[in-house]
Amino acid sequence: MSKNININVHHVTRIEGHGNIVVNVTDGTIEKCQWQVPEAPRFFEAMVRGRRYDDIQTIVSRICGICSISHSLVATRAVEDALKLEVSEQTDRVRHLLHFSELLQSHVLHVGYLVAPDLFGEKSVVPLIPKATDAVKTIIKAHRVANQMSAILGGRITHPVTLRPGGMTRLPTEEQLRAIKSELEAIVPDLVTICEVVLSVADQLPNFTRETEYVSLTQTHPRYMESLNAYSFYHGDITSTDCNGDGPVPPSRWERVANEYVSPQSTAKWTKWHRDSYAACALARFNNQAEKISPLGKKVAGMFGLEKGCCNPYMNSVAQLAECAHVVETSLEFIDTLLSKGIEPETVNVTPRAGRGHAAIEAPRGILFHSYEFDKNGECVWGNCCIPTNQNHANIQHDFEKLVPEFMDEGEDALRQKMEMLVRSYDPCVSCSTHYLDIEFIK
Amino acid sequence: MSKPRVAIFDFACCEGCQLQIVNIEEEIIDLVGAVDVVEWREAMSEQSHEYDIAIIEGSITRPEDEHRVQIIRTRAKILIALGACATIGGVNKMKNNFDLNEVKRCVYGQDAGMPHLATTTTRAVHEVVDVDYKIHGCPIEGEEFKRIIRDLLLGKTPFVPNYPVCVECKERENVCRYEYNEICLGPIIRAGCGAPCPTAQWRCFGCRGLVDNPNVDAAQEVMEQYNLTLDDLKQKMVLFNSK
Repeated sequence: MSKNININVHHVTRIEGHGNIVVNVTDGTIEKCQWQVPEAPRFFEAMVRGRRYDDIQTIVSRICGICSISHSLVATRAVEDALKLEVSEQTDRVRHLLHFSELLQSHVLHVGYLVAPDLFGEKSVVPLIPKATDAVKTIIKAHRVANQMSAILGGRITHPVTLRPGGMTRLPTEEQLRAIKSELEAIVPDLVTICEVVLSVADQLPNFTRETEYVSLTQTHPRYMESLNAYSFYHGDITSTDCNGDGPVPPSRWERVANEYVSPQSTAKWTKWHRDSYAACALARFNNQAEKISPLGKKVAGMFGLEKGCCNPYMNSVAQLAECAHVVETSLEFIDTLLSKGIEPETVNVTPRAGRGHAAIEAPRGILFHSYEFDKNGECVWGNCCIPTNQNHANIQHDFEKLVPEFMDEGEDALRQKMEMLVRSYDPCVSCSTHYLDIEFIK
Repeated sequence: MSKPRVAIFDFACCEGCQLQIVNIEEEIIDLVGAVDVVEWREAMSEQSHEYDIAIIEGSITRPEDEHRVQIIRTRAKILIALGACATIGGVNKMKNNFDLNEVKRCVYGQDAGMPHLATTTTRAVHEVVDVDYKIHGCPIEGEEFKRIIRDLLLGKTPFVPNYPVCVECKERENVCRYEYNEICLGPIIRAGCGAPCPTAQWRCFGCRGLVDNPNVDAAQEVMEQYNLTLDDLKQKMVLFNSK
C-alpha cells in the first residue's frame, strides 16, 4: 500500500482538447486533487460580433470539429428564434437525420477508438488492429456509414454547409435517402457485434458510483411525443434528475440552469444547478428518458445491466452504445416518413429583423446552449453559449474527490489509469468548452 | 529502410482536421502501416521527442505555444501545417480585428485579468516557424491529405493547386453563386477542395486562403457584372482570411 502518490498527467490523451490531472498524496493525506483545463481560449463569442445572421453557423461550427453538426444546428436554430423564422416539417426531419449521423459517428469514435483501448489494456486502437482485426474493421465500418450519411445531408463530413437560417441550402433526394436507409439497415448487426465486443471486456469498467444531478433535454414537441423521437436530442425543454416534479425549463432560460462561473484551475467556465455540480452526457439523457429509448436501445442497455438511475460515470460509454442503436432505429423511422411524403422543393426567404434568440440541443457529449442577438440589419451584436464539457468539468472534479480516497490503496499507476478513464468516460470536448463562454457586449 | 516517424500536434483549433485523418476510415490501417505514428494525443497515449515528420494543427495564440512549436520545429525534419487554422490562421484570426483587451473582457468579464486566460495576436504556423508543406482547408480534404502524405513518402514534391475554386466548381457544373445574389470567394480562393460548398448551394467562404497571385482584374470584372465592388468581396474575406 503506497502512502505517497504523485500523479501529474500533463495533457490527458485520447480526448478532444487539453486537460491535466494533478494528485498529491503525502503519508496518506490528499494534499491536491485537481482536474485542470489549460486549453488555449479562442474567443469565438467576441468574434461573431458584427457578422451577418447567415454567417453565424459557419463561424461557430469551428468551435468543435467533432460536434460541428450540433454547433451548426443549434446556432442555426438560435438565429431562427431571433429572426422569428419557422422551418417546414420536412426540413426539421432532414436536420434531425443530419444530427443523428453525428451522434452515431461521435459515439462510435468515442467507444471504439478512445475507450476500447483502455478496456483491452492498450494505449491506442493501433495495437488492436492486428489483435482484433475484424472488430476494428466493424467499428470503422459503422463510423464510415455515419460519416457518409453526414456527407450526403451536410454537404461534407465535418462543418456542414447545407444549413441556413430558415431552411436547408440543399435537400437530399429520395434516392439518397433510400441509399442511407439500406446502409443503416446493414450496420444493425455490426452495432450488435460492437456491443458484444465491448461487453466481453466490460468488467474492466471501474465499479465506482457517485450520486449527482443529470441534466438533459426532455421532449415537448407535439409532433414527436408518440414517436421513437420522444427520446429527445433536438427539441424540447431542459430537465434534470433533481427537478423532483418541477416542470422543465425552456431553452430561452438556459442561463438559470448553467449558472456559469470562472474557476482558477480552468480556462473553461464551470456550471452548477441544484447542487455543486451536474453531469450532461449520454448517461444524463438515459437517466431522464430511459423508458423512451428504442427497442434495440433497450436491448443494448439490458446487455450491460444499464438501468435508469445509474450513477457510475464510466457507464456513459454504455449509454452511448444504447443511443447508437436508438439513433439508427429512429433514423430509419424518419427516412420512412420522409419517403412516404416525398421530398418537396422549398424556397427560403429571410428578412433581417432585430431580436434575441436561444436554442438547446443534445450534442453527442451532452446538452449544448447557444444564444444570439441581432440588430435590424441582421448583424450580430451579442452571443452567449454553454458547451456540455463546461457543464461536466465541475462534476469531473467532484468525481475525482470521491475516487482518489476510494482507490488510492491500489497504488499510483492503477489510480492514474482510473482517473484518465474517468475523464475519457465523459467524452470531453475540451477545446469546445474553452471556446464559448459568457459573452457580454457593451456598445 | 525504417518507416518515417510521424507526430501530430494540436494548438488553438477545433481538432476537426485530425478527425479528417480518422475519417479516411479503412485506409487509416494502411496509413499506420506505412508510417510509424509516435505521438498523436487525440488518438494515442504514447509520446515521443523523436520524429521525422511533424504535423501541426491549429493557430499559435499564446507565448507558451510559440515556444512549443519552436521546439517541435527543431526536432522535425519536415513540418506540415494541417488545416486553415495552421495554414492561414482561419477563423481564429477574426480575433485580430478587435482590441485584445476588449476581446478578453467580452468573454471573461471581470475575470479577464486572470493570468491563465492570457492571449496574444493569432498567427498561422508559418508566421512563427518555417513550414515545409501546407495542407489547406477547413476542414482538410481526406483525399488531399492521403495524396500529400503518399507523395512525401515517395520522395515527390506534393502538388498543391494554384488556381481558383471556380475551376473545380465549373467542373462540377454548378450554377454560379453570383446568379443567386451571393458574394462567393471562389474567384480568388485556392482550389483543391472540389468546391463542396457551392455544390451544396452555399457560397465559398475562403477556407483554403488566397491563390498565390489572385487575379484581381478578373475578380473586379465579376463584381462589376453583378453591381458589386471589391470592398464587398473583401468584407467576405473576414471569416477565414483576416490579417
